[in-house]
Amino acid sequence: MLSQDLNTILPEIVLSLFAMGALLGAVYTVKDRAAPLLVWITSGLFVAVAFWIGTTGQGTTTAFNGMFVDDAFARFAKVAILLSAAAVLLMSQDYMQKRDLLRFEYPILIALAVVGMMMMVSAGDLMSLYMGLELQSLALYVVASLRRDSIKSTEAGLKYFVLGALSSGLLLYGASLTYGFAGTTSFAGIIEATQDDVSLGLLFGLVFLSAGFAFKVSAAPFHMWTPDVYEGSPTPVTAVFATAPKVAAMALFARVMHDAFGNSVGDWQQIVAFLSVVSMFLGAIAAIGQTDIKRLMAYSSIAHMGFALMGLAAGTAFGVQAMLVYLAIYVAMNIGTFAFILSMEKDGMPVTNIASLNMYSKREPLKALAMLVLLFSLAGVPPMLGFFGKFYVLQAAYEAGLAWLAVAGVVASVIGAFYYLRIVFFMYFGAEHDDHLDTGGSPVLWGFLVASATVMVIGVVNLFGIEPLAAAASVALVN
Amino acid sequence: MDNLLSITTFIPAIAAGILALFLRGDDEAANRNAKWLAVAATVMTFIVSLFILVGFDAQNTDFQFVEDREWIMGFNYKMGVDGISILFVMLTTFLMPLVIASCWDVKVRVKEYMIAFLLLETLMLGVFMALDLVLFYLFFEAGLIPMFLIIGIWGGKERIYASFKFFLYTFLGSVLMLVAMVGMFVAAGTTDIPTLMNFTFETESFSILGVQIIGGMQTLLWLAFFASFAVKMPMWPVHTWLPDAHVQAPTAGSVVLAAILLKMGGYGFLRFSLPMFPVGSDIMAPLVLWMSAIAIVYTSLVALVQEDMKKLIAYSSVAHMGFVTMGIFTFNQQGLDGAIFQMLSHGFISGALFLCVGVIYDRMHTREIDAYGGLVNRMPAYAMIFMFFTMANVGLPGTSGFVGEFLTLVGVFQVNTWVAAVATSGVILSAAYALWLYRRVVMGDLIKESLKSITDMTTRERAIFAPLVVMTILLGVYPALVTDIIGPSVAALVDHVAIAQAAFEATTQMAQN
Repeated sequence: MLSQDLNTILPEIVLSLFAMGALLGAVYTVKDRAAPLLVWITSGLFVAVAFWIGTTGQGTTTAFNGMFVDDAFARFAKVAILLSAAAVLLMSQDYMQKRDLLRFEYPILIALAVVGMMMMVSAGDLMSLYMGLELQSLALYVVASLRRDSIKSTEAGLKYFVLGALSSGLLLYGASLTYGFAGTTSFAGIIEATQDDVSLGLLFGLVFLSAGFAFKVSAAPFHMWTPDVYEGSPTPVTAVFATAPKVAAMALFARVMHDAFGNSVGDWQQIVAFLSVVSMFLGAIAAIGQTDIKRLMAYSSIAHMGFALMGLAAGTAFGVQAMLVYLAIYVAMNIGTFAFILSMEKDGMPVTNIASLNMYSKREPLKALAMLVLLFSLAGVPPMLGFFGKFYVLQAAYEAGLAWLAVAGVVASVIGAFYYLRIVFFMYFGAEHDDHLDTGGSPVLWGFLVASATVMVIGVVNLFGIEPLAAAASVALVN
Repeated sequence: MDNLLSITTFIPAIAAGILALFLRGDDEAANRNAKWLAVAATVMTFIVSLFILVGFDAQNTDFQFVEDREWIMGFNYKMGVDGISILFVMLTTFLMPLVIASCWDVKVRVKEYMIAFLLLETLMLGVFMALDLVLFYLFFEAGLIPMFLIIGIWGGKERIYASFKFFLYTFLGSVLMLVAMVGMFVAAGTTDIPTLMNFTFETESFSILGVQIIGGMQTLLWLAFFASFAVKMPMWPVHTWLPDAHVQAPTAGSVVLAAILLKMGGYGFLRFSLPMFPVGSDIMAPLVLWMSAIAIVYTSLVALVQEDMKKLIAYSSVAHMGFVTMGIFTFNQQGLDGAIFQMLSHGFISGALFLCVGVIYDRMHTREIDAYGGLVNRMPAYAMIFMFFTMANVGLPGTSGFVGEFLTLVGVFQVNTWVAAVATSGVILSAAYALWLYRRVVMGDLIKESLKSITDMTTRERAIFAPLVVMTILLGVYPALVTDIIGPSVAALVDHVAIAQAAFEATTQMAQN
C-alpha cells in the first residue's frame, strides 16, 4: 500500500527532494554564484515534471487514505502551475541579476511554493489542504520581501504575511467548525455528512472556508493586500503572484466546493456569485485611477479572478471547465504582460509608471504591437483568446440561471476596457517627447512577450486543444 | 472554388501580414511600396469578389458559396452569402481600393496605416459573410480595434476623446448582444445562423421585477441586439459618438466609417432581429419607427447649424440612416428593398462627400465652413463633383439617393402614415442644409486671401471620384440592378416574418378567448 501511495505523490517527492538537495548543495559550495544555473535547472525540472504528469497520469487515484487525490482535475491544474512557474522563473533571471537580487534561495523557494501548490490542488482532506496552502504561502512571504534593503519590499512581505496569517486563521476556524459538525476532515466524509441537509454549523464552516480562499485568490472584498504586495515586491515576484498561485488557489476553491460541499451547491453559489460580481466591478473601477502598471495589474487580476469565479459560481461541471479554460488563458496572457513590464527600464533602472510608455510604439513597434494584442486580450475583445475565456464563463453562468451575473460581468468588462485602452493610448497616441524608455532588452523577455501575443492570436484556431482536457478535468471533479 | 468567400475575406489580411513582417524601414521607398501593395491587395479582393457576384444565383434565396468547418466550443467556421449580404460584400470590396488611393498623401506611419485598413477590410467582409453567431461577433467586434487605432493615431486634435468614446460606446452596445448570443446558444443549442433563423424563440410573456415583458424571451433578445445595432447604426439618441468620431478621424477613416461600418447595424437588423425575433420586432416596431422619424427631423435640424463640414455630413448620415431603420421595420417589400438600397447608395454618396471634404482639407487644413467660399472660381471640377454629390445626398431623382428614400417612404406609408409624413419633411430639411452648405463653400466670389492660390483636383483625385459618380447615376436610373439581386431574398424574409407574426397573433387571441 505504502509504495502505491508514494508512487502517487512521486512528482511532489521529486520536487521536494530537489529543493532540499539544491539548498544543501548551494549552501555548502558556491552559494549565490550557483543561482543562475539553479534557475535554469529548476525551470527545466518544472517543465519535465509537467510533461511527466501530463503524459503519464491516468484515471483517479487516491493516496494516504484519501488525503491526496490525483485526478484529471489536479493534473490539469498542476501542468498549468508548473509551466507558468517555469516561465516566470526564466523571465526573472535577467532582471534579478542586473539588480543583484538573484540569491540561490529564490529558485528553491519557488520550487517549494510549487510543491505546496501541487499539494493544494490534490488535497482530499482539510489537513492536507492546509499543509499545502501554508507551504505555498510561507515560501511566497519570503520571496515578497526578497529585496531586503527596500522599505516597500519589506512592507509588502510583512503585509502579505500578516494578512495571510489572518486569512489562514479564518480558514482554520472554518475547518474546525466543519470538523466539529461533520465529524471528519476528509472531503469524502464531509460530503456524506451533507447528504440530506446542511447543519447551520457546517454552513458557518463553509462561509469561513470561503473567506479564506477568497483571500488567497484575491477576490473582493478580501483583496486589500493585492495592490500593495504587487507594487512592493520585486517585479519578477509580482509575476509569480499573478500566475501560478492564482491557478492553485482557484483550483483549491473549486475542489473544496465540489468535492466537500458538492451537495449544497445552492448554499455556496450565492457566496461565490457575490465574490465574483464584487471582484469584477472593484477590479474594473479601482484600476482606472492607477498610474503604476503593477498596481494596475493587481486590480486587473482581481477583475479576472471575478470572471473565473463566475465559472465556479455556475456550480456545474461545465462551469468548472469554463473556469479552467479561463485560468489557462489568463496565465498565458499574464506571462506575456509581465515579460513586458519586466523589460520596462530607463537607464538600466526599472520603471513602472504607465506614463513612461509615451509613444513606445515609435521606438519598439513590434514589442508595442505584442503588448497591444495582450491588452485587447485582457480586455476580452475578440478575436483574441481572452474573449473566448469570457465567452466560456458567460455561457456557464447563463446556463446555470445566473443571467444577471453574466450581464453584470460584461458591463464590468466594458468599464475595465477603459484602463487597458489607456495603456494603448500612451503607447500609440501620446505626444512625442525626449524622456523615453530604454530599447533592446533581454531576448528571453522578448521571446516570452512575442510568444504570448502570438498564442493569443493563433489560439483562435482551436484553443490549442485544451478544451477536451479541461472537460475531462471538470468531469473528474464534478460527477 | 469552394473557398471563394474565405479567399476574398483573407486576401487583405494576408497582405497586411506581409507588410508587417517583411517590409522594413520608414523611408520614402518603403512607404511607396506599402501603398502599392495595399492597392494591389484591395484591387485583387475586388476582382475575386466579382467572381462571387457572377456566380451568384439571385433566384435562390438560400445561402450560397457556403463553407462550413468545425471550430471550437461547438461553434462552426461557416461563411456564406445571400441576396441580402452579397451587395454589402461588393460595396466593401468596391470602396476599399478607392479608400486606399485617397490616403496617398499620408506621411506619418504609412505602413501601419495600410495594415490597419487592410485588416479592417478583412473584418468588415467577415461580418457580412459570417453564418455563425460567434464568428459574426468576432468580426463585428474586432473591427473596433483597427478603427480605434485609425482615429487615435492619425486623427485630428480631439482624437483621443473621440477614439475612446467610439470604442467604449460601441463596446457597451455589443457586449449586451454577446450575452444575448450566449442565451440563444443555450436555448437553441447551436450558433448556426441559418438554423437560428428558423428557430422560434420563446414568446411567452413573463415579468421581471414586476415589469411585464410581452413577447418574453424574444423581446429581451431583440432589445439586446437592438442595443448593439442601434449604436452601430447609429440611431437617435445613441448617435452622439458618430459626429465626434467622424470629425476626428482622418478622411479615409471617415469614408470607411460612413460608407461601410454604419451598414453593419442595418445588416444586423436584417440578418438577426427580423428573422430570428419576428415577434420582438413586431412589438418594438412602433418605437423604432418613431425613433427613426425623430432622427430624421432632429438630426437634419442639428446639421443646419453646424460650422464644421464633416460634422454636418455626419449628422446628415444619421438622418439617412433613419430612413434605413424606418424601412426595415415596415416589414414589407418596398420598405426592406428601400432600406438596403438606401444603405448601398449612402455608401457611395456619403463616402464621396467625405472625400470631397478631404480634398479641400488636404489643401487648407481646416474644415470650418467659414474658411471657404467661392471655390468655384478656382476649382471648377471640384465644384461640379461636389454639386453632384450634394444633389445625390438630397435625393434628386436620377441619383441613387432618390430611389432609397422614395422606396422607404412608400413602405412606411402603408404602415404608419404619420411617421411617413414626419419623415418626408426631413427630406426638405436635408435639401436645406445640403444646399446651404454648398452655397457657403463653393458659390460666391473668392474673397478670402488664403484661398487665392488653391488648386483644382489632381488626376488621382478625379480618378477616385469617377467610379463613385458612375455608380450613383447607374443605380439612380436603373435601380433594378440592385432590386433584382436582393428582391427574392427580401421577399422570403418578408414572408418568414409575416408568418411568424401571424402565428403569434393567433396564439395571443387564443389565450384571450
